[in-house]
Amino acid sequence: MSDDLGLWSVPLAILGGAIRVSTPFLFVSLGETITERSGRINLGLEGTLVFGAMSAYATAVLTASPWAGVAVAGLAGGAFGLLHGYICKFPRVNDVAIGIALMLFGTGLAFFFGKPFIQPPAPPLPAIPFGAWSDLPQVQAALRVNVLFLVGAALSVALWWGFRNTKAGLVLRVVGDSADAARALGYDVDRVRLVATALGGVLAGIGGSYLSLYYPGSWNEGISSGQGLMAVALVIFARWNPLACFGAALLFGGAGALGPALQSVGISQGYYLFYAAPYVLTLALLVATSSPDRVLAGAPGELSLSK
Amino acid sequence: MSDTPTPRALGVETIGMTKRFGAFAALEDVSMKIEAGGFHALLGENGAGKSTFVKCVMGFYAPTAGSVLVDGREVEITNPKGAQGRGLGMVYQHFTLVPSLTGAENLVISRADAPAILDWKAERAALAAFMEGMPFRLNLDRPVAELAAGEKQKLEIVKQLYLKARFLILDEPTSVLTPDEAEEVLGLLRAMADRGDLTVLMISHKFREVETFARTLSVLRRGRLVGGGAVGALSRADMAAMMIGERVVRPIAARVGEPDPAREILRVVDLDATDASGLRRIAIPDLRVRAREIVGIAGVSGNGQKELADVLGGRIRAAGGRVVVADEPYTGTRAQSRARRVRFIPEEPLREACAPRMSVAENLAFRAFDRRGDDPSGPPTFWLDRRAMTRRAKDLIERFKVKTASSEAPIATLSGGNVQRAVLARELTDPVDLLIVVNPCFGLDFAAVAEIRTRIVTARNEGAAVLLISEDLDEILELSDRIVVMSEGRLVYETAAASAEAGTIGRHMAGHH
Repeated sequence: MSDDLGLWSVPLAILGGAIRVSTPFLFVSLGETITERSGRINLGLEGTLVFGAMSAYATAVLTASPWAGVAVAGLAGGAFGLLHGYICKFPRVNDVAIGIALMLFGTGLAFFFGKPFIQPPAPPLPAIPFGAWSDLPQVQAALRVNVLFLVGAALSVALWWGFRNTKAGLVLRVVGDSADAARALGYDVDRVRLVATALGGVLAGIGGSYLSLYYPGSWNEGISSGQGLMAVALVIFARWNPLACFGAALLFGGAGALGPALQSVGISQGYYLFYAAPYVLTLALLVATSSPDRVLAGAPGELSLSK
Repeated sequence: MSDTPTPRALGVETIGMTKRFGAFAALEDVSMKIEAGGFHALLGENGAGKSTFVKCVMGFYAPTAGSVLVDGREVEITNPKGAQGRGLGMVYQHFTLVPSLTGAENLVISRADAPAILDWKAERAALAAFMEGMPFRLNLDRPVAELAAGEKQKLEIVKQLYLKARFLILDEPTSVLTPDEAEEVLGLLRAMADRGDLTVLMISHKFREVETFARTLSVLRRGRLVGGGAVGALSRADMAAMMIGERVVRPIAARVGEPDPAREILRVVDLDATDASGLRRIAIPDLRVRAREIVGIAGVSGNGQKELADVLGGRIRAAGGRVVVADEPYTGTRAQSRARRVRFIPEEPLREACAPRMSVAENLAFRAFDRRGDDPSGPPTFWLDRRAMTRRAKDLIERFKVKTASSEAPIATLSGGNVQRAVLARELTDPVDLLIVVNPCFGLDFAAVAEIRTRIVTARNEGAAVLLISEDLDEILELSDRIVVMSEGRLVYETAAASAEAGTIGRHMAGHH
């Protein structure tokens, strides 16, 4: 069948890949958007992602329920976020340094607890076959959309709306843009940031559960390969806008699917180079969208990188 | 908002207000009564305790002793939110608006009872109705970062009124306003006070403002209440005497000699530049400063003066045009400034001209640390001569009267005036051909101001071209040979200082040209 499609299978595979691969990017970047909008950077989300993947897989193996796994991953991620938020409230503590420490801590802890779960299979998360109308297996494969992807898409719209139409959203932006103003309004800056970092952790943990319970759908130590860090860069590229995060995540997912898609039609030259596509894309986009004469538009004023 | 009875002004009284920071008494036994519907001015030099006083009233600081009475009843105010709940509001010297939020968002979020989900349609209608009753027109849909300083200040005041403040504290409210805007804002607030809707407590340096708008005044000096009374009963000399005490203030040196028409040191040609946010653009077709001339750039804060200084200091790149110093292009590099003897004294010297945690000696050596011996034109050297650095530093500290514990103390431990003295010492030791100064006396007390202005005039008398960028119109009028007004990024008016008229300059500053 694949011969029937010929080169058309490449864009189709990229579309399918975009949907499949983007979900962890989407969750982590949405979480990081919440955190950074409050004025802190949590680089530890890479560790949270890996720990979320491990805890979700382990829970799914033990309870036979993938949704329990998602819940546990979210809780574990929230705990990491709380830890980051709590440590960062102390004076002279740098959020970037704590983030790096927690990134290593999270991955290390995940490897430690995850050893016994590399072998046993876990029940995967369900997907909705939007491609059932077609008899082409490629179309069916591309349009099998996981529930978490839809949740993430809805969440990005909800966050975009919530940042401007809810009190919580405005308070978050106030805290992220001017801590003094927030204090003058009587808001507890540290508490808002603690909650924002915890929420960011919850989302990153859920993103991790997608990795181990759907795609690639197993638990091993190389499962994330830096996706959590990429998602942080993606937030900057998306200018702290949840809708743009969604678009950027799709773009990255698509770029990540480029290598396997080309390989499937027989192009195997420069194989590793295509696998580097998302990373090259990150670099290229960050360079292209930055300027030596301008400050970053939309950057929360309290962020250590815009100070 | 309309069905509640008109809120009445609040009277506020403090009794024995004292605030100590360690052994230092910032405020000592201050008892002050501000009648409901009054317009009270609080005068004092920097560090006299004015800000400490109002911060104690607003609950920012917990006073060491003393109490606050609102409408005759003692109240406990532990934080600004509590003060807001009692109808007390304050407009700070720095802006407390959130830059990335729009005016409307800023107003709504500042309200204690903002709903969890905001119905923008209803909020907008309510805001429009509220703005009907306000003295100023403001665009509430633009992010605050895009507003000019004057608009921000108005929005700060509107915010307090929106929060139903009936006792309003203004901390030097007119420092970012044009004279006309200041008149408008204070006049409207005075009218509200006269109607009995509002009580105003205004911190100010400007005697004219106090005399025009305030009804009563108090003077603080070194944390103590040293006098006060009804406006009109005290002369300006009385007020000044109360503020500075018995210290003698030296008069500023006079300008000697005429500008040298043959030697044009600085020339700016068709300059076009934009600041880092991309919002403020300056376009300057022609600006010249000659030797032995002080050109004062007057203007309200945020009209492009900072961008002009940044271009001249080499901190932002010009998009077009040229800066020419001594007939050659100038981009502010160290080699150029050394070769052409250009010195730059930016605003906020501690942050922008010093490394705060390095010692006074090291900071004083920034221009000359890589120089061997005392020859300013010698080639740079690799090894530092620390002994010469210390020797030079001690000499400069002595000559410029920098008050510091030692030449090895971090420069951040010095007071503002002494940091400015140290920076001037560094910049004015060697012969100077072009001196660019930005707000050199901002936030300094009388004695330091007189001394620093004298140094600038002396540099001019010795033949330097001086570009003085200042938001203090009095300073410009006092020091300049020629005055140029900057408004919205353009030079809109030029006059010789001899024929300068404050009113005309003020009108151009306000954008009426």
